[in-house]
Amino acid sequence: MDVGVVNLRRMVTSTKSMAAGTAVKPMTADAAEELAAREFATIVESHRPQIFRFLLASLRDVDLAETLTQECFLKAHRNWRHFRGDSSAMTWLMRIAINLQKDHWRNRRLQFWRHTQANAVSVDEASDWLPNGERSAEQQILAREQVAQVWKAVERLSARQRTVFLLRYVEERELNDIARATGLSEGTVKAHLSRALGRVRAELRGTR
Amino acid sequence: MSGRNRLAEEIDDPIVAGALKHFKASVDAWSEGAYKQPRTVVRTARHTWRLAATWALGCILAAGSLAGTLYERHVQQESARIGALKAAEQKAALERKAAIQPVTATVVTKRQPIAVKHAASENEDLLATVDSDVSRQVPAAMEPLAQMMDSNGTN
Repeated sequence: MDVGVVNLRRMVTSTKSMAAGTAVKPMTADAAEELAAREFATIVESHRPQIFRFLLASLRDVDLAETLTQECFLKAHRNWRHFRGDSSAMTWLMRIAINLQKDHWRNRRLQFWRHTQANAVSVDEASDWLPNGERSAEQQILAREQVAQVWKAVERLSARQRTVFLLRYVEERELNDIARATGLSEGTVKAHLSRALGRVRAELRGTR
Repeated sequence: MSGRNRLAEEIDDPIVAGALKHFKASVDAWSEGAYKQPRTVVRTARHTWRLAATWALGCILAAGSLAGTLYERHVQQESARIGALKAAEQKAALERKAAIQPVTATVVTKRQPIAVKHAASENEDLLATVDSDVSRQVPAAMEPLAQMMDSNGTN
């Protein structure tokens, strides 16, 4: 379900109603608030796991990812009225999550560093997570090794490259979405992706 | 999914593409596992307590340093005030002393000749008394001798 469409529903519905010649009932403030709350609940339900996944992949810290996800939706709730639907709700939420992550780094650098050092999962531990597909033990070991190598490469990327890389290859976002979410131009996003992919390739080649 | 197709188109290297596929699957599995796991928030209380303790300590230190500074300033002001008072007293005493000395000197110089005169007259009186006490009437037999002494004294 595209939530950008959900947010624009009010406008689209009213336009359609007017076109059809039906009378539009005036909405009370309470009803409007209730509708907005329901819309937001739908947003949270559908996008929360994705925001959490992105933050988890960026930080490799479950607690911190959870905290920042909460903060992200809290901020989104406060600003929900101002969301104009220029981009999809997911892009808007991603932007908030990226900014929160940046602010966290900027404001509490030392504390955050300590926290990350204490709670962040190691690359090897992170690569232990693999779905139980119909694969042989050998294939699973190979897949685990590859995942560990990708994690190592991701760890060495700059914050911006990492964000772009994760948005593209984990969240599978379109380039223009990534550009909107990060506030970069599409050209810059492509350049970051290319560099990040080069690092991953080099890391994988190193063991071939 | 269009995302996956594009991803495959974007990466021509099958090993890199496979590694990224596994990576995504791994992150998905981890995220799903962590997301579903129930968690309790314990840290907030501890952080609040720490924050309160830090604030309290900070306030105490700030208040202490402020009080110390004020006390120090007060002591300095007090000592300066006492010093100024002492200096003023000393100055006043010196001025008083300086004002009294010339008057005494004038009185002494004025009284000196009178005292000298007084002492001289006292001496004269004393001598006259002694003369009168010591002097006796000369016997008649010694009258010619006494006359002779008088005549010698006048000569």
